[in-house]
Amino acid sequence: MTKPVPTSPSTIGNSTDPDLGRRLEHSHNGVAHSLPSVSQSLVELYRETPPVLAPDGTQVGPFPAGLTPADGVTLYRWLLLGRVFDEKAVHLQRQGRMGTYPPLVGQEAAQAGSAYALHPEDWLIPSYRDHLAARMRGLSFRYTLMYWMGIEEGNRIPDDVQVFTTAVSIGDQLPHATGAALATQLLHEKRAFIVYFGDGATSEGDFHESLNFAGVYRLPLVYFCQNNQYAISTPRTRQTASATIAQKAIAYGFPGERVDGNDVFAVYDAVHRALERARAGEGPTLVEAVTYRLGPHTTADDPSRYRSKDEEEIWAKQRDPLLRLRRFLQSQNLWTDEDEERARAEAVAEVQQEIAAAEAAVQEAKRHPEQIFDHTFAKLPLYLQRQRQEFLTVTRGDNGQS
Amino acid sequence: MAAVTGEEGRGVAVSTPHRTSKNGSTNGSASLNLNLVEAINQALHLAMERDSRVVVMGEDVGRNGGVFRATDGLWQRFGPERVIDTPLAESVIVGAAVGMAAFGLRPVAEIQFEGFTYLAFDQLVTQAARLRNRSRGRFRVPLVLRAPHGGGVRAPEHHSEAPEALYAHVPGLQVVIPSNPCDAKGLLLAALQQDDPVIFFEPKRIYRAFRQSVPQEAYTVPIGAAAVVREGHDVTVVSWGASVHSVLDVIAKHGVDDNNSTDHAASADGIGHLDVDAVSHLDVELIDLRSLKPWDEETVLHSVEKTGRLVVVQEAWQTGGFGSEIISRVAQKALYSLQAPPVLVGGWDIPVPLAQLEREQLPSSVRIRAALAQVMQG
Ligand SMILES: Cc1ncc(C[n+]2csc(CCOP(=O)(O)OP(=O)(O)O)c2C)c(N)n1
Ligand SMILES: [Mg+2]
Repeated sequence: MTKPVPTSPSTIGNSTDPDLGRRLEHSHNGVAHSLPSVSQSLVELYRETPPVLAPDGTQVGPFPAGLTPADGVTLYRWLLLGRVFDEKAVHLQRQGRMGTYPPLVGQEAAQAGSAYALHPEDWLIPSYRDHLAARMRGLSFRYTLMYWMGIEEGNRIPDDVQVFTTAVSIGDQLPHATGAALATQLLHEKRAFIVYFGDGATSEGDFHESLNFAGVYRLPLVYFCQNNQYAISTPRTRQTASATIAQKAIAYGFPGERVDGNDVFAVYDAVHRALERARAGEGPTLVEAVTYRLGPHTTADDPSRYRSKDEEEIWAKQRDPLLRLRRFLQSQNLWTDEDEERARAEAVAEVQQEIAAAEAAVQEAKRHPEQIFDHTFAKLPLYLQRQRQEFLTVTRGDNGQS
Repeated sequence: MAAVTGEEGRGVAVSTPHRTSKNGSTNGSASLNLNLVEAINQALHLAMERDSRVVVMGEDVGRNGGVFRATDGLWQRFGPERVIDTPLAESVIVGAAVGMAAFGLRPVAEIQFEGFTYLAFDQLVTQAARLRNRSRGRFRVPLVLRAPHGGGVRAPEHHSEAPEALYAHVPGLQVVIPSNPCDAKGLLLAALQQDDPVIFFEPKRIYRAFRQSVPQEAYTVPIGAAAVVREGHDVTVVSWGASVHSVLDVIAKHGVDDNNSTDHAASADGIGHLDVDAVSHLDVELIDLRSLKPWDEETVLHSVEKTGRLVVVQEAWQTGGFGSEIISRVAQKALYSLQAPPVLVGGWDIPVPLAQLEREQLPSSVRIRAALAQVMQG
């Protein structure tokens, strides 16, 4: 048996090698059973982002290109805003002023670091827990609140906000992102897409089919997985036998990069480079941000049924993304306790204003329930006009009772 | 125990109250006071004890006991090999269950919400439903697919659907939907005796709405047999799942001995030309279909021949819903018994609204009363 000849790794690594498959097929040279080895090029598709901040906030690596410590202040304000919003939203649910709500607590750095890397022309395609990332793209919290309070207007993203609708059916948004990126490619537009999803979503067929498709067309798309260790009660280790989620990209022929999702600068670094690749026409990247869902899956979930308090404590006390960044900023004399107080007060004020706006929107929607018919089609067909009429004449007399 | 049917079980009149109150009492040691989700849990316990081929699988069904706790305690009792926490992959859950069923097991696959059965649609329609036929009987699919069904609990988007007609349309699938704890247990145990796939929908709005005295031992409620919840002579109302209770609410509120004046004011307002007052004195025959495929034509036809009037109440979308199937069959088989055109009360043909306006989609009292008034006019 001939020893396999390693392929030169030179063309592979930073970018995918579109010719790999062709070279493999044509490199037999008539020698039976002789395949050139591709192991090196496969290995090079997998990367781990160098850390910037250690969990205790000390700097352990260089800042990503284009970022300075001062960006840390801006980012910290975002992280804090995300946390304050989350606290208030959970509280609203507990008071009965909102329906089931999926908290983001613990995942602030993953969301902020990634959203911070987007350019104005880029698009964000979220899942259902990405309230902070969407806010950073310009989606006011009132929309997020309206959606979880239970009116469709929460999904009516303003025209000047480059955020797609909330995706609740797990994995459904990945093929949409694939198609959106394909549209941009076919229309010769210069922009990238980023699609958010969880560790659990990587088990769905839509995940695999979408990555495969994007790999084939080298689409301008970043797959951003927030691996928060759980899909409701199912731990990551029961979701996949792969050592990492990032490595799954290798199977589809493009890079996968694993990053500490609670190191906001490292997340920015990984996503920034992936977006640059996408905009440069070099194809998709899968970024796995390793983080932790500090709260319940949703306000209807009880995590004590499937994970230990000790485990939660470790992540809450030793790996909190806010604490990490705050310690760093304080060590650089970039953040004081007064700054903290002021930033928190500003965040609270914003969230309170958004809650008031959302609750007003809910009241408004309830004043016009017949609008449930109005967006089913571009033009209401006759049978729906009739149903709408029946609704108005019969059901509206039922107000307040059933 | 009346909901538990013996002799063929067809359209057996239910003599005990269909719905016992929260403090309804248990009948000595032989029965337990259970709500619907507990009755399902108990049926699963019994089935797994009696037949080692029964395995439960799905997302969060093991350690967590299911998001509605329907599988609570099974993992602890039967272990992770028979109560399988799966990856998040509906198509594989159902597809794997088809394979497991073909190779000697009796899988009970849980899909966390009915709205996520669509991700397994291909495996259900293309495979589960027809493997027996395709293999000329060599391979069987004794698979039970359980999923919570319907709206009314203010759940998030895609969590409040009523897709039963989609599945009832498919040759090779059986579709069942209980409306009370006794039926839930008996129908689930019956489904587990089937050699062909059963879609078992559980109305989540009434998972915990009320308790019933449920016999402790195993029993079955035959698939394909309706229950006459209440006998009457004026009009036949056919319903299933949680909507049965929407009809019962109307009957209870507007029975001969109970006239709710506030409700009358509101409804008279809306219905206008219809004589809603007359509705309060109607002697309604209420049929709970319990199984949609196969469905109990004889019981419905027999009732319509007696009353001459038919109203069908469903939560599902109107166009192509199962109510249309019932009305079509009645038109084909009992047209000359009808004294008025049948009336369908169903969800509007729109995506189920989010929580704030979701109730507008459910069959409300006022719409049921309006339908009764309309059918009595003819
Ligand atoms: C197709 C589908 N199946 C099941 C569910 C129910 N469900 C909602 S979230 C969730 C877990 C998702 O886990 P993951 O992808 O890791 O995201 P996370 O919630 O951790 O952010 C499940 C099973 C759903 N929404 N959609
Ligand atoms: Mg997760």
